Amino acid sequence: MASGVKPRVKVPKSASAGEAIIIKTLISHNMESGQRKDSDGNVIPRSIINRFVVDFNGQNVIDVALEAAISTNPYFEFEATVPESGEFTFTWYDDDGDVYTDTKAIEVG
Amino acid sequence: MRVNNRSLLSALAFSVGMAGVAIADADDDQLTINDEIAIATEAAAPTHMENVKTIYSGWRYRSDETQAFQLDDFDNPAMLGVEEGIDTWSTVEGSAGESCASCHEDPEAMRGVKAVYPKWNEEAGEVRTIEMQINDCRENRMGAEAWKYTGDEMTNVVALLASVSRGVPVDVTIDGPAQSVWEQGKEIYYTRYGLLELSCANCHEDNYGNMIRADHLSQGQINGFPTYRLKNTKLNTVHDRFRGCIRDTMAETFSVASPEFVALELYVASRGNGLSVEGPSVRN
Repeated sequence: MASGVKPRVKVPKSASAGEAIIIKTLISHNMESGQRKDSDGNVIPRSIINRFVVDFNGQNVIDVALEAAISTNPYFEFEATVPESGEFTFTWYDDDGDVYTDTKAIEVG
Repeated sequence: MRVNNRSLLSALAFSVGMAGVAIADADDDQLTINDEIAIATEAAAPTHMENVKTIYSGWRYRSDETQAFQLDDFDNPAMLGVEEGIDTWSTVEGSAGESCASCHEDPEAMRGVKAVYPKWNEEAGEVRTIEMQINDCRENRMGAEAWKYTGDEMTNVVALLASVSRGVPVDVTIDGPAQSVWEQGKEIYYTRYGLLELSCANCHEDNYGNMIRADHLSQGQINGFPTYRLKNTKLNTVHDRFRGCIRDTMAETFSVASPEFVALELYVASRGNGLSVEGPSVRN
């Protein structure tokens, strides 16, 4: 497992039905591009988060393909409309096969 | 020849015009972190400063986009270091079987500590930076190895200590036993170094608000350290920043943790007495 990887998510605890809420996500990750060389001239192998998916109650919200040019600690901020109470699941896919997840519940009153 | 002269003239006219647009003082934005921590980014200059009336945090010289990083801790990339610092805080290390938390409890209990460093230590008979104090704790109380002065563990814990002191006014003591060290720092601040023959004051006192090529010169305050710099995407320590500045004058620099830099840190910190502790901040 890549070291020091830790996902973070900020979602409001409550919202009104149909309201567009702001969701912020950040995952600490080196995002090694595969373009760099170490001091001996050997290529440092690519190691990035290559996909980021958010679902709400089983329904897909966003699905992002990340490329090697994205910098360290990828940050995503987006809006989502929330029709009902439920749970967001956030999933990051690492080049090395690891999958990191986080979930956040939201109340719609 | 004639053509050359004309193009030279128009180039001059262009650069003068640009300078008129680009020169700007600190902006008027106000900083409140997480909608709850009010930060004083402006204050009356301490009485020992003869040439400056008002002191400004470097935050006031940054663009709105860079400033915005500090409005919400979630958006502040420096807080990743603080989170690691929190883990380190309660990690037991060394022969005494203790962590920072064993004595100091929650990091929040350390509120205000960062604001008064560098500080005279009576027992040791020297002015100590907060890094020196941490390493003293590690070696003499925890029985652990000293951290590298500008290493990640050290910088993350200093960032943690800064973060719990945010909003507290910087208040380093410059008289009493610390006075001679403070005066040494002042001497260094006004000494021209390097092939470019520049002192700290030439940029940060004589020219703050002006542009140094593409960058907006600040007063060189250190109330926001450790600082996450967008140019190297990591937390930067005060001494590393000093070293970078002196290196850019094409001088041989003092080394990190040297008595010269400790003195300079005390002096530069004292030029920010009255500003809030703002670290970990985000800068260019």
